[in-house]
Amino acid sequence: MELKTKTDTFIDEICAIPGGEGIRLCIQCGTCTASCPNADKMEHTPSQLIAMARAGMRREVLSSNAMWYCLSCYLCTVRCPRGIKQTGLMHAFECLAVRDGLSYAGTFTPTMYRSFNHFACALGSLPEFGFMAWFYILSNPLRAWKMMPIAWNLFRRGRLSIKARRLTPEGTNQLRAILDKAESLGGVS
Amino acid sequence: MRYYTYFPGCSASEGGAKAYNWSARAVSKVLDVDLAELEDWNCCGSTPSSSVDELGAYCMAARNLALAEKRGLDMVTPCSACNVIFNRTNTYLNGYPQFKAKVNEALAAGDLEYHGTARVRHMLDVLTTDVGYDAITSQVKNPLSSLKVAPYYGCQVVRPKFGFDHPEYPQSLDKLIASLGAEPVPFPLKTRCCGGSLIISEEDVALDLMHKLLDCALSNGAECLVTVCPLCQTNLDVYQNRVNKKFGTDYKLPVLFFTQLMGLAFGLEEKDLGLKTSIIPVEKVLAKYI
Repeated sequence: MELKTKTDTFIDEICAIPGGEGIRLCIQCGTCTASCPNADKMEHTPSQLIAMARAGMRREVLSSNAMWYCLSCYLCTVRCPRGIKQTGLMHAFECLAVRDGLSYAGTFTPTMYRSFNHFACALGSLPEFGFMAWFYILSNPLRAWKMMPIAWNLFRRGRLSIKARRLTPEGTNQLRAILDKAESLGGVS
Repeated sequence: MRYYTYFPGCSASEGGAKAYNWSARAVSKVLDVDLAELEDWNCCGSTPSSSVDELGAYCMAARNLALAEKRGLDMVTPCSACNVIFNRTNTYLNGYPQFKAKVNEALAAGDLEYHGTARVRHMLDVLTTDVGYDAITSQVKNPLSSLKVAPYYGCQVVRPKFGFDHPEYPQSLDKLIASLGAEPVPFPLKTRCCGGSLIISEEDVALDLMHKLLDCALSNGAECLVTVCPLCQTNLDVYQNRVNKKFGTDYKLPVLFFTQLMGLAFGLEEKDLGLKTSIIPVEKVLAKYI
């Protein structure tokens, strides 16, 4: 398989992402939409989103809330009769939306994903308590209050670790160097 | 003795699913499975990182894969999310040489290189395929006779297609439950998603999905539900009371890791199983077997 490097149009941009090239094969059968547990929450169903992308509706696709309701359960991907990797397409739409600053779409999922990624990159591990507290502060501090009973239940049973697992200093530096380099290489395509 | 590199993942190592790590290690020991933890591993990035910065996410996964490749053994993880991320990374790196070169360019900044040969497998795969049901049955000291168990695979252990079980109608966990003397109940939603990390940002959406799962398990006569994923267990156990509040139900379905159920049948002790870490109490349902 060869990656395309030409990115004149939205569809070329998607085809340049590994796994994205399948978007050209869609026959609009709707199997992905019928399989999706969250299709009813989406402004555009998975098959609509593909049709819009193929029609070059870049801004409409990237500012849709649809991909942020994707659960990454891969049911569409295993059922697609054309072998399209829709879950991968959803991730690609999300990343492009983040890059273009369009990722708000009336849901806090982008904020949550960014908080997660921030901790995972900075520490090399995910401190669940810190990540969730940070997310609630950024999104809706009132919900942090509502989470108290859950946090207390977890704490009581030894399931709430405040302290993050740390890599060795060498490991942390190595990960940092790799991620800095990845950033300078500017994305998958 | 079978030897593997072990990748516990954040949730099972230091997070809310420590009981999964304890019980996975304890049952592995009984079954002569040697788990050597990958040194200095980092978070796999899970779904959130893939949704924010794809290249960065692949590089996070690839660092672990490069470290695992040096050891030359299959890497086993108890976490479905880690499993899917690593396998997907392998699929894309090996399918797109130019992309692999780009990831290796980043890895080189940390003096690493990845050739694409580290095989990553889920704990359920290793215990059912490599160890096998007969070897598991031979270690049962405490048959879980007549215990009705809902086998909940969740989504990412069998999807997309990594080969060890059917992506929509898997059987491995059902057979494993039967090999412990318990009874796997029919569970049509066995691979339906629990809501995953959307429980954090879109709680109502996830509670809705969980309600369907719990209702399905209970209406098929399940006395408890077993999972193979830290996030599935956390969602269904920790948020079950929120489901009750939202839907006016009174579910008290214990949610166990499959390795906890195995350990119980093997006669292991509480310190190896962490049954007391469950939010929905398990003691009543399991009293006969503890």
